[in-house]
Amino acid sequence: MSASTMTPQPPPLLELQAVCKRYNVGRPNETEVLHGVSFNIARGELVALIGPSGSGKSTLLNILGLLERMTSGSYRINGEEMVGTDDDALTLRRRTTLGFVFQFHHLLPAFTALENVTLPALMREGRVTARERERASAMLDAVGLGHAMHKRPGELSGGMQQRVAIARAMVLEPPMVLADEPTGNLDTASSDEVFALMRRMHAERSTSFLVVTHDPRLAARCDRVLELVDGRLVRDQASGPGIA
Amino acid sequence: MLLGFESLVAVRFLREGRMQTLLIIVGVAAGVAVVAYISALISGLQRNTIEKTLGAQAHVTLSPLDERVLVAPAPPGAAVRKLEQTQARAQRPRSIDNWQRLLPELEALPQVAAVSPMVSAAGLAVRGEASRAIALMGVELERYDRIVQLRSKVVAGTARLGPGEGIVGRELAQDLGVQVGDRIGIVTDGVEDALRITALVDLGVRDLNRRTVIVPLRTAQSLVGLPGSATGLDLALVDIWAAQGLADDLAARWPYKAESWQQANAQLVSALNAQSVSTSVIRGVVMVVVVLGIASVLVVSVVQKQREIGILRAMGATRGQVLRVFLLQGVIVGAVGSALGVLLAIALIGLFTHFVRGSDGLPLFSITLEAGLALRIAALATVCGLLAAVAPARRAARLDPAQAIRL
Repeated sequence: MSASTMTPQPPPLLELQAVCKRYNVGRPNETEVLHGVSFNIARGELVALIGPSGSGKSTLLNILGLLERMTSGSYRINGEEMVGTDDDALTLRRRTTLGFVFQFHHLLPAFTALENVTLPALMREGRVTARERERASAMLDAVGLGHAMHKRPGELSGGMQQRVAIARAMVLEPPMVLADEPTGNLDTASSDEVFALMRRMHAERSTSFLVVTHDPRLAARCDRVLELVDGRLVRDQASGPGIA
Repeated sequence: MLLGFESLVAVRFLREGRMQTLLIIVGVAAGVAVVAYISALISGLQRNTIEKTLGAQAHVTLSPLDERVLVAPAPPGAAVRKLEQTQARAQRPRSIDNWQRLLPELEALPQVAAVSPMVSAAGLAVRGEASRAIALMGVELERYDRIVQLRSKVVAGTARLGPGEGIVGRELAQDLGVQVGDRIGIVTDGVEDALRITALVDLGVRDLNRRTVIVPLRTAQSLVGLPGSATGLDLALVDIWAAQGLADDLAARWPYKAESWQQANAQLVSALNAQSVSTSVIRGVVMVVVVLGIASVLVVSVVQKQREIGILRAMGATRGQVLRVFLLQGVIVGAVGSALGVLLAIALIGLFTHFVRGSDGLPLFSITLEAGLALRIAALATVCGLLAAVAPARRAARLDPAQAIRL
């Protein structure tokens, strides 16, 4: 037996098995929006999640982001089961493992770009050290916004705001970033720019990305595509031409 | 840093809702100013009233027990009809037994600041054709001065009570047409004496000024026919509010009648109590309004900030952190409003002192906002701010982050 077969394989970063989500359980209007969805995401993958409106993409993303609980099934992060974990533990797990990028940027309008990016550290430590500030500045430099770090979100364009959101999501170097239609609210040029930035971050830092998108062009530029239709995973394949 | 995240977010949220925050801080400041101003005004008014009342009065007075008619019991087994109507006995001036020995014992009590023996009786002051009913008080000047600060009330002459000398109220002197250095006749129970007036006093109450004649203790003893006696012992206390308790203790300990200033001025005390209760009600209502004001603004703020709360929760803020962000907002609004409110109250007090004056052109009475009272009110308003924030903060902490972000 070779040495490589002796080494235990690390668990996938995210591991979903038979995930179901029902709303209004026990009521006449009970609806099941996810029907036994299962897939894994490994470290360093760039995955696109596509599907028509109402297919359950946002619900699935919320479950992956520990913002919503599933009705049944199993969800493991780094091999650790999330089902049955209390709310505070989920919050701390979210803080250390996941970064979020939303369609509408969702920056805090009362904070400057730099302050938005230092918020995760402030939230964790209760203060922002000089090191954290430097790290946030470097992250803003990396997304090309070193010159605008003291501006508030209202003073930035949509594309710039989304780049700040990416910097904020990645500043604590989480292994996984969940992006909910990050380019959905941007024009084509900004959209390409933001996606290129995510790709670069993914390549440079080996961060895994799950990107929910309607844009087949962007999906085609990911490593792997998951397609959800009516709450069922109908496709899970490596990306390439023909993604639509 | 303790609550570094919570305090920064709380301050930014408040700064963001600028007009809303400003209005509620002004509301809190107005409420605190009203409470502080009314508290200072009423306490100044009460202090002034009590000072005036006690200006010529002892805090506790000891006197002999009233003489009572005892009903003879019917012989046992006698077939008699019992008649129970008895007439109260007229009270004559009597001395307190052993008052010279009692005096040092009273002075040794920790609550007692001064003790003064007194012989008091009713009489007439006569000057030529004029005569006036008087309240004659025989005292030892040094001791009596420590009870009512008599020397500070002298408006003419010098307080002195040598043999044949007396001090009279300002209005009585006017009625009799006399001044310092003049002589008047005193008549009590058929005994007459003459006094030379050494000083005129203003006791703060016109009626007292019209009746009061103060003479040496020995002179009064002679006039009432009780040599070596004291018909009462006047006590001044360190804390005037301990008077009732001490009077009760003394009455239980010795066979004397002990009367506190509260018993002697029952109506005044009732009025002061009613005033205090009214003030407390006003304070309570204002504080409730402050709490409701802060709570309503924070409830609106929670609704307005749902998306931000959702983002913070998605980024990893715990429910506890979100709860504390909104509790801190209540505390900040309460504290800043309190500070401004205390300043506003000081300004109002300044205006009152400057513009509201008596017929003599002097301020009606002294009104000050004591630092302790200001701090207590400010602390109370801050706690009210915290309490007002509890419900909105719990609501914010319970928000479903997924739903909040979608809004």
